[in-house]
Amino acid sequence: MIRAYLEKLGRMAEKFVDTAGLMSIMLFQAAVHAFTPPIKFRNIFKQMEFVGVQSLFVVILTGSFTGMVLALQSFNALKRFGAESLVGPTVALSMARELGPVLTGLMVTGRAGSAMATELGTMRVTEQIDALVTMAVNPVKYLVVPRVIAGVLMFPLLAIITDFVGVLGGYFVGVKLLGINPGVYIGRTIDFVQVSDIFAGLYKSIVFGLITTLVASYNGFYAYGGAEGVGRAATNSVVTASVMILVSDYLMSSFMV
Amino acid sequence: MGMIKISNLKKFFGTKRVLDGVDLEIDKGKITVIIGRSGEGKSVLIKHIIGLLRPDDGQIFLEGQEISSMSERDWGEVRKRFGMLFQGAALFDSMTVGENVGFPLKEHTDLADEDIMKIVGDKLRRVGLVGVEHMMPAELSGGMKKRVGLARAIVMDPEIVLFDEPTTGLDPIMSDSIADLVLDTQRSLQTTYILITHDIPFTYKIADKIAMLHEGRIIEQGTVEEMKNNPNPVVKQFLEGRAEGPIKVY
Repeated sequence: MIRAYLEKLGRMAEKFVDTAGLMSIMLFQAAVHAFTPPIKFRNIFKQMEFVGVQSLFVVILTGSFTGMVLALQSFNALKRFGAESLVGPTVALSMARELGPVLTGLMVTGRAGSAMATELGTMRVTEQIDALVTMAVNPVKYLVVPRVIAGVLMFPLLAIITDFVGVLGGYFVGVKLLGINPGVYIGRTIDFVQVSDIFAGLYKSIVFGLITTLVASYNGFYAYGGAEGVGRAATNSVVTASVMILVSDYLMSSFMV
Repeated sequence: MGMIKISNLKKFFGTKRVLDGVDLEIDKGKITVIIGRSGEGKSVLIKHIIGLLRPDDGQIFLEGQEISSMSERDWGEVRKRFGMLFQGAALFDSMTVGENVGFPLKEHTDLADEDIMKIVGDKLRRVGLVGVEHMMPAELSGGMKKRVGLARAIVMDPEIVLFDEPTTGLDPIMSDSIADLVLDTQRSLQTTYILITHDIPFTYKIADKIAMLHEGRIIEQGTVEEMKNNPNPVVKQFLEGRAEGPIKVY
């Protein structure tokens, strides 16, 4: 009984070390190939369009409703202290430092990360990745590098858009629905929110972009076992990347405070 | 003359021994067909030849140079001498037929797009396809996919072409037409072809040499006539396709 438990624990630890090792190697190879010519701009732009442009709708929807509900909730709380005028900075700071990057990270992981893992997983099980290798094309350079670059560049841009529509949503609810003075709302927001707050969120986004694309690429790249394996790769990539985003968010926040 | 020499090749997956000391010479400019039951490790063997898998023991030599222990970087150059047709053709489904066939040229040459498309058109004609450049792989039948895969495998005029079960999933008539294509493309360029299959009529039609893989080793090899007359009961059972015999069916 105890032995079986220990064996299971050992296997889990072995798998964890194996995954962490392979993912680190993939990251290292991607970093080297990213700066080794020829650079595949066409592939990079294609992935940027997929990760960035095609995520706009979901990101705008998420950002605006989050800003709106933040304004509503913080108004309720701040009213008890007579500090309704702080709704603007509360919304803006929460969006810029925390919710903009994290929600963008989670939403884009769900949308683009799962799709990446599925695409690469299908390529693996149908031997398309092996075909690349036999044609003397490095699959990490051809498939992983453009995705990671797209993630690192587009996640911060999407986070800025989330921040912006979140603040707009907050303004709409705070000023138009709850009756806060617009001058006070905007003035207080400008007083309290600093450029460093926005940058704090953007740094996080870069890390989240790296996490999502690397985890999705890894899971797709090492998928096995037909359609079921591809499905498993997609699920694993979303779950792992989401957890890693939340944990790394806490760690980064604790350093940045 | 042996272009490729495989010596005592061994491969394990976990504790399962898949290749147990394979010895085989592949002749230059000839068609070598490796036969054997499904799951005997034919694909594993062919993947070692092109460096998709690394052996646990043994060596592979290409024209005297050991390739089995090469670094991935050196393999990059060696692989340019190879072409490979995969079992499911492994066409890139995000690209058109023309882009698929032209892919190796685009990656490894400085040719202009028009020149690439001209070569692509030529190669597609060689495999009996005309005007399909703009179709997507999903629109093709199984036989057409194999033909496009073959066009892509030979587009760089490689010295050696590997075929992983080229007739699996095809009807007998299509299998025969693939055999004609194999002969036609091989004879005109005197390329070295290595095929793995369990399709016996196909093998008899094209093979210069047949080697049988059984229980992780090459148990017999020879020309078509030699293999037909081979007294080994395992070879006899396999070539005649009988369920009764020394090979047990599970």
